[in-house]
Amino acid sequence: MNRIVEKTDLSENVVKMVIEAAAVAEKRRAGQFIVLRIDEKGERIPLTIVDSDKKKGTITIIFQVVGKTTAALAALRAGDCITDIQGPLGNPTEIENFGHVLCVGGGVGVGVIYPIAVALKEAGNRVTSIIGARTKDLLILEEEMKDASHKLVVATDDGSYGFHGFVSAVLQNLIDAKEKIDRVFAIGPVPMMRVICNVTRPYGIKTIVSLNPIMVDATGMCGACRVSVGGQTKFACVDGPEFNGHDVDFDLLMSRLRMYLCQEKEAMERYRCEHGG
Amino acid sequence: MEAEEKKAKEKKVRVPRQKMPEQGPKVRTHNFEEVPFGYTEETAMTEAKRCIQCKKPCCIEGCPVEVNIPAFVRLIAEGRFIEAARTIKETNSLPAVCGRVCPQEDQCEKFCVLGKKWEPVAIGRLERFAADYEREKGEMSIPEWAAPRGKRVAVVGAGPSGLTIAGDLVKLGYEVTIFEALHKAGGVLVYGIPEFRLPKRIVEAEVDYVKKMGVKIETNAVIGRIKTVDELFADGFAAVYLGVGAGAPVFMNVPGENLSGIYSANEYLTRSNLMKAYLFPEYDTPIVRGKNCAVIGGGNVAMDSVRTALRLGAENAYIIYRRTEVEMPARIEEAHHAKEEGVQFKLLTNPVEYIGDENGWVKGMRCQRMELGEPDESGRRRPVPLQGSEYVIDVDTVVVAVGTMANPIIPATTPGLEINRRGYLITKDETGKTSREGVYAGGDIVTGSATVILAMGAGKKAARAIHAYLSSG
Repeated sequence: MNRIVEKTDLSENVVKMVIEAAAVAEKRRAGQFIVLRIDEKGERIPLTIVDSDKKKGTITIIFQVVGKTTAALAALRAGDCITDIQGPLGNPTEIENFGHVLCVGGGVGVGVIYPIAVALKEAGNRVTSIIGARTKDLLILEEEMKDASHKLVVATDDGSYGFHGFVSAVLQNLIDAKEKIDRVFAIGPVPMMRVICNVTRPYGIKTIVSLNPIMVDATGMCGACRVSVGGQTKFACVDGPEFNGHDVDFDLLMSRLRMYLCQEKEAMERYRCEHGG
Repeated sequence: MEAEEKKAKEKKVRVPRQKMPEQGPKVRTHNFEEVPFGYTEETAMTEAKRCIQCKKPCCIEGCPVEVNIPAFVRLIAEGRFIEAARTIKETNSLPAVCGRVCPQEDQCEKFCVLGKKWEPVAIGRLERFAADYEREKGEMSIPEWAAPRGKRVAVVGAGPSGLTIAGDLVKLGYEVTIFEALHKAGGVLVYGIPEFRLPKRIVEAEVDYVKKMGVKIETNAVIGRIKTVDELFADGFAAVYLGVGAGAPVFMNVPGENLSGIYSANEYLTRSNLMKAYLFPEYDTPIVRGKNCAVIGGGNVAMDSVRTALRLGAENAYIIYRRTEVEMPARIEEAHHAKEEGVQFKLLTNPVEYIGDENGWVKGMRCQRMELGEPDESGRRRPVPLQGSEYVIDVDTVVVAVGTMANPIIPATTPGLEINRRGYLITKDETGKTSREGVYAGGDIVTGSATVILAMGAGKKAARAIHAYLSSG
């Protein structure tokens, strides 16, 4: 059992939780994730570890309400318990001093890019970050990202805050301005990661993406999370979750993410009926 | 054979081997309840009385965990069921499991003298009866164990092998902690074998028994991630046993294999069994309920998958196997049950391509017919494709059940641990000793996919080896 210490709504649909998980906090490194199961009947879902506090023995997760499990998770309060937390899982981000790195985060993916930006800055990189959201109210972790970066650019799709447009356009502008970029880390919705990879590919800028396929055991046992990278099948849970974005088959990732759409809808409707709202 | 035994045998064989009543095929394909009902007290006693109590029993030699078979069978014959269960448990911590899933026809029953001319004693069914009787009567006993030795042993993996060694070491006076990667203990018994073959409440009861013996089980603990093997030693464990299972699915590298609707057997069964996806939406984990489901492979896991597909509502459930039924590795009983339930066997058939629809969902499977050629390294005749024999089967769900590989997490995080070219751990001999001092291993991570009972046998042997190792130092 893992007790929720703190819960904050970051935006309408995005929640931050600090949870007791001392052993995970002790071990985790940037880029790694946990699998959690809320209760006995719950499914196992992977969520990236955003932060940890070894002294307090806690980890921080940020998630968006997209289905029944995340809705039920968001309905929990500080003091409530989560039945299972397994982790840290996946390979940590490859961190070294690359020079000038770009951390691009979209939507709830800003939560995933944040620990990577922190680690890259600690390793001596010059960190420029671009974070985006559909609109100003949905933007998360602006202050934290400012601290984790030497320079931060904010973009909103509707222009309600910062640059008016996609994060990919900001990146293109930086490239056009002849900024030397040694490595890009791009994490967010699949279409965003695909576009970022399309922007960097012609310039040969190595671009790392973090993939979020459906997982079950998350220890390499089931193969639910298989993705195609450079024409080879990889398991995101043990071979990833980070891969060279230029080699990733994003179409396959998208279609496999849609595999349970009908059941997800059914579960969500059932949950709404039972819990109102 | 001695004259006395011969005489006794002649008398006993007039009684036929007792059958277990079971759910009819038409009923059982609509539920996940266990198929056989088990013996009644009367049939168990009738069956047990068939045993001629050989002076030199061969059956025990066929049992990897050395159960004193004649002794427990005699106790059943005498109506002393609880004592029978306790006799089994002297060497086997998971009797209700073994009574159900062991391939007795290749083990104890194969050696039964009666089987030479007639049918062997139904040792598996009797084991199951005794274990069920004890559990249902609520008279689970805890065996006595040696005085604490003040030494701790870490067991990685709470599957059949890990549970067995943990039970044995606790009895010898060691303090044992099992680290289990998943949220529930049992390994393949909970994620792999379906409810209709091994009810999960029975696994839970046997896991509880191991816990009551004093074994600590830490779930959600992926060794190699949360702690390495070296860190376990640093934490004060004097020896480590790796019973982590094979733990990685094999795919066939056939074009289209990543289409939606195509599962590894590991995933399909884990969703259904561990996560109870067959009870969706009461349970949150979904599973595809296909109308036309093809399972690739001819082993027990393939049979478990295809019978699961039927119960999830498949109208057509196929076994696609590249050799013939003779070479099929599944137990005869499993294949028989599958056929009874209406599974269609497409033998000498192999998939060569999966065809997707516009949404990336599998809609067909291009297959090739095969014929048998010369024997290969396994001694089985090698399947050879027949040119121009390709045809397409309509499918919306596919389960690939062609075996497993070694999971890489432990070897990758344990320096000095030798593996073979297929990634399995190398052990020096039957004791399970690895290339690292104090580290032992057994079960599927050493042998590759095998049976529950062989994994248990490996655990038992390693328990002795670890005891010898820790007693000598």
